[in-house]
Amino acid sequence: MTLAWIVLLPFIGALLPGLLIRAGRDACALATGAVTLLALILLLTQAPAVFAGEVVEARWEWLPVLGLNVTFFVDGLGFFFAGLILTIGLLIIAYARYYLAAEDPMGEFYAYLLLFQGAMVGIVLSNNVLLLLIFWELTSLSSFLLIGYWKHLPEGRQGARMALAVTAMGGLAMIAGMLILGDIAGSYDITEILRHGDAIKASPLYLPALLLILAGCFTKSAQFPFHFWLPHAMAAPTPVSAYLHSATMVKAGLFLMARLWPVLAGTEAWFYIVATTGLVTMVIAAWIALFKDDLKGLLAHSTVSHLGLVTMLFGFGTPIAAVAGVFHILNHATFKCALFMTAGIVDHETGTRDARRLGGLAALMPITATIATVAGLSMAGIAPLNGFLSKEMMLEESAHTVWADNPWILPTLATLGAIFSAAYSFRYVFHVFFGRARDDYPHHPHDPSPGMYLPPSLLVGLVVAIGLVPALIAQPLIEVVAGAVVGGPLPALHLKLWHGVTPALGMSIIATAGGAFLLWRHDAFNRIRLALPRPEAKTMFDATVGGLAAAANVFTDGLHNGSLRRYLAFFFFATLTVGIAAFMSGEHAAGQRPPTPVSFVPLVGWLLLMGACLAIVLVHRNRLLTLIVMGVVGLIVSVGFIYLSAPDLALTQISVEVVSVILLLLALNFLPKETPVESSSLRRLRDAALAGISGVSVTGLIYLVMTRDFTSISAYHLAQSKPAGGGTNVVNVILVDFRGYDTFGEIIVLGIAALAIYALLDGALRGPAVKSLASWIPDQLRAKDRHPMMMVVATRAMLPLALVVGIYIFLRGHNQPGGGFIAGLVVGLAFLMQYMASGFGWAERRLRFDYHALIGWGVIAAGITGAAAWLAGRPFLTSDYGYVKLPFLEEFELATAMGFDLGVFLTVVGAVMVSLATLSRLARHTEAPISREPMDYSPAPPPRHEAAQERV
Amino acid sequence: MDLEFLVASAIGAMTAAGVYLTLRGRTFAVVIGMTMLSYAINVFLVATGRLVINQPPVISDTATGYTDPLPQALVLTAIVISFGMTALIVVLALRAYLESGTDKVDFDETGASEAGSDGAGGRP
Repeated sequence: MTLAWIVLLPFIGALLPGLLIRAGRDACALATGAVTLLALILLLTQAPAVFAGEVVEARWEWLPVLGLNVTFFVDGLGFFFAGLILTIGLLIIAYARYYLAAEDPMGEFYAYLLLFQGAMVGIVLSNNVLLLLIFWELTSLSSFLLIGYWKHLPEGRQGARMALAVTAMGGLAMIAGMLILGDIAGSYDITEILRHGDAIKASPLYLPALLLILAGCFTKSAQFPFHFWLPHAMAAPTPVSAYLHSATMVKAGLFLMARLWPVLAGTEAWFYIVATTGLVTMVIAAWIALFKDDLKGLLAHSTVSHLGLVTMLFGFGTPIAAVAGVFHILNHATFKCALFMTAGIVDHETGTRDARRLGGLAALMPITATIATVAGLSMAGIAPLNGFLSKEMMLEESAHTVWADNPWILPTLATLGAIFSAAYSFRYVFHVFFGRARDDYPHHPHDPSPGMYLPPSLLVGLVVAIGLVPALIAQPLIEVVAGAVVGGPLPALHLKLWHGVTPALGMSIIATAGGAFLLWRHDAFNRIRLALPRPEAKTMFDATVGGLAAAANVFTDGLHNGSLRRYLAFFFFATLTVGIAAFMSGEHAAGQRPPTPVSFVPLVGWLLLMGACLAIVLVHRNRLLTLIVMGVVGLIVSVGFIYLSAPDLALTQISVEVVSVILLLLALNFLPKETPVESSSLRRLRDAALAGISGVSVTGLIYLVMTRDFTSISAYHLAQSKPAGGGTNVVNVILVDFRGYDTFGEIIVLGIAALAIYALLDGALRGPAVKSLASWIPDQLRAKDRHPMMMVVATRAMLPLALVVGIYIFLRGHNQPGGGFIAGLVVGLAFLMQYMASGFGWAERRLRFDYHALIGWGVIAAGITGAAAWLAGRPFLTSDYGYVKLPFLEEFELATAMGFDLGVFLTVVGAVMVSLATLSRLARHTEAPISREPMDYSPAPPPRHEAAQERV
Repeated sequence: MDLEFLVASAIGAMTAAGVYLTLRGRTFAVVIGMTMLSYAINVFLVATGRLVINQPPVISDTATGYTDPLPQALVLTAIVISFGMTALIVVLALRAYLESGTDKVDFDETGASEAGSDGAGGRP
C-alpha cells in the first residue's frame, strides 16, 4: 500500500497548489514541497528492505483479462530513480518559488510539476508494462504543459509541440514493442518478463521488439537522430529544464534500457544499435554544445551528449559498464541540475543568458560562481569531483571494447567526445564567470536570495562528497542499483579516485588538455564549424510535419468534400455491397413457417401504402403535399400495428404521427414550399437505382426472416410479467422493468435532443437569423381569421377530456395498452392544441410550466425510482409491487415501476413541449401580430368600460 | 400471396422511398426521407418477431397465445426516439436555412463561402 501512496500522493497533491495559491505563494510552494517530502519519506521507509536486496511488491487486479493490473514494485533501480525524482523535485520546488516572476501563475506551475512527478514515479515503480506505458504517456503530456508554461512565447508553444510529437511518437512505437515482449513472456508483469530473458532473445520477434522499444527510449532520452527536440524544449522556465531535461524525464529512456537490460542486452544487435547510437550522440551533441552561445542551449546539448554516454555504456552489455552507466546517471543528475540552476540565476540576475554578453561575473556574484565552477569542472571530468569518477570508468570500458573488429575506433571517439565535453564545460565556467568584468549587463548582477542558491549548493556538496569518498557515499547505493539492473552477480566494485596508471588516465589527461586547447582557439574552431554543413533539425521537422499535414488535408478534402449526398451515396452503396455479399454466402431456401393468409382489408392497406410510397417520391417537390402523403404512410403503419397484434405501438405511432406533422408544418412555415429540380437525370437514375436495390434487398431479407421459425427469449418475459413485474401488459413491463435501463437511457437521449433543439433555436435568435426573420414575408396567403372561434371553443372543451384520457392511459399502462410514453404524447398534444387554436401569446400566459424543468424532473423521477431499489438491497431498477385499498375504490395494484413510468411521462411531455414551443417562439420574431385574445372575432359581449381600463 | 410478402414489400417500398429522398439536395426532402426510413426500420424490427394476428402481448385468461413482446418494446422506444431525431434535424435544417439563406444540403463553391461567413458572424 505504501508503494501505491508514493505514486498517488503527487497526483492527489496536484489539487493543492491551485487551491492554496489564494493563500499566497509561500503556502502554495510549501504545500507542494510537503507532498513531495511525504512521498520521499514513504519511499525511504522502503530503504531497509531494498538495501537488504528484497523486492517489495503491491498488487491490485484491474483488467486481469487483458493482463493490465495495478502492480508496483521497488527494487534497487526503482528506489534509486524514485529517490532521484523526489529529492531533486524538492530542490526544484524550493528554487522555483524564488525563480517564478510575480505575474507567472504559480499554482498552475506546481500543479503541472506534481502531475509530472507522479507520472515519473509511476514509471519507475510500475511492475506492469501496460501500466508503465500509461505513466510514460502521462510524462509526455505533463511535460508538454510544462514546456509550454509561458503560453505567450511562440518558442515555448512550438518547443512543447515538438517535444510532444517526438516523444509521443516514440511512445506509440514502444507500446507495440512492449506488447510483443509481453506476448513472448506470457505476462505483462515486469518481474515475470525479466525471468524470460533467454526466451525473448531467442524469439524471432526479438529484433522488432527491440527496435520498437528503443524507438521509445531514444526519443525520450533525445538520442541521435531524435535529439533535436531537447534544445527546443529549453524555452521552458529554467526549473522545468533543470528538472525534466537534466535529471528526470530524459532519463526515463535510460531507466527503461536499464530495467530491460537483462532481457534485451548482450546480443550483437543490442551492442551495435545501442552503443553506436550512444557514441554518435555523445560526440555530435558535445561538438554542437561547444558553440552554443545560449547557456541553456549549451547545457541542453551537453545533456544530450551525456545521455549518449550512458546509452553507450548500457550498449556495451557488460555488467561493469552497466555499473558505470548507473553511476554516471547519479553524477550527471547532481552536477547538471546544479548547472541549470546557475544558468537560471545568471539569466534572472543579469537579464541575459548569452555567453557573448557575459563574463567576469565571479567578482559580482561569488556564490553563484563557486557553485557553477565546481559543477562545471565536474562535468568536464576533473578530479577529484564525481564527474571524473564515472567518466574515468567510461573511458576504461571503451578502451576495452572492440567495435567491428577494430580496437581503436571506440576509444578514439570516446576520447574525442571527452575533449569536446571538457571544452564546453570550461567555456561555461570561463566565458561567464571569469575574464574581464563588463559594464553593459542588462541588469546589475548580484547573488540571488538563498532560496535560489541553496538548492544548487546542496547538489554541489554532493558532487564534491561523492568525488572525495565515493566508497563511503555512493558505493552501497550503486551496488544495489547495479545489482537490480544486471539481475545477477556483480564484479567486485571499487569506486575510488586513484586506480594507478591506466589507459583511462591517459585518455583523461588528453581530454582535459584538448578541452583547454579548444577553448583557447574557440574562434578558430567556430570558423571551421561555420564552414561545415549544418543541417537544421527544426526546419526538417517543420517541413516533415507540414508535409504530413498537407497530405492529410489532401486526403481528407478528397473524401470529405462537404457533400452530404455524396457521403450518403457512398454509405448506401457500401452497406448494400457488404450486405449483399453476406447475404450471398448464406442459404436462401424458402422457409418452413406456414404463411399467413391475406384478407381483404390488409390488401387495401397494402395498396394504399405502396401507392403512398410511390406518390411521395413523385410529389416530393411540393412540400405540403409530401407532408400529407407522409401522414398517410404513418397512418397505415399505425393501423398495421393494430392488425399485427401490437396495440401499444399503434397508440405510440399515431400520437407521434400527429406531433411530427405539426412540427414539420411549423418548420415548413419558414422554409421554401417547393423543391426546385436540381439533380441531373443521370444522378436521379443513380439514386433511383440505389433506392431500388435497397428496397428489394430489404424486402428479400425480411421475407426470408419472416418465413422461418425461431426461438425467442420472450417466453421468460411472458411468464414473469405478472409474477415478477406485477403487470399484464408485457410490452410495458419490459419497458419499465425488465429492460428499464434501456428506457432510462432513451428518455435521457430524448431530453437531450429536446434541449439541443432549444439551444439551436435560441442561438438562432441572437444571430443573423433574427434579421432573416424580421424581414420575413409570409409566402402564403393567410386566413383573416387566424384563430377560428369553433376551433378555440372545441379545443378548450377538449383540454380536460384529453388530460383525463392521458391520465387514464398512463394508469392502465401497466396492465393494458398504454403507459408513460403514450400518455406523455397525448398530454403534450392536448397542450399543443391550445397553442394552435388560440395562438402562442395567449397560451403561453396560461400554461406556466417550465418545460425544461419537466425533462429534468422526469429523468430524476425515473432515476430515484430506480435507486430506491438500493434501499431494499436490490440492484438498480429492481421493481416491487403491492396491493392498495383506498376508500370508495376497489383494491388496486401499485407497482414501483409506476414511479419510473411517471418519469418517462414527464420527460416525454417536456421534450414534446420544448421542441414545439421553441419553434413557435420563432414566429414571434417576425412581423406577424401576437395574439393576446383567444380568438380574433370574439362572440363575447364587449367588456364594460371600467373593466377594460382596469385591465390596462 | 401471403401476408408476409405484403409486409416485406411494404417495408421495401418505404425503404426505397426513404433512400431516394435522403439522396436529394434539399434539407426538407432529407428530413422526409429519414422519416420514411424510420417507418421502414420500425416495421422491420416488429416483423422480426414474426407476424401474429389477434394474439396481443397482454396476459389474460382468455388469450389463445401471445405475440413476441420484446421487439414491440424495443420499437416503442425507437418510435419516440426517431421522433426526437426528426425534430432535431428539422430544427437543424431550419436554423441552417435562416442563417445561410439556402436550404441546400451540399456546400457548393458559392454557397460554401456565403454560408461560412454568415455562420461565423452568427455565433454570439
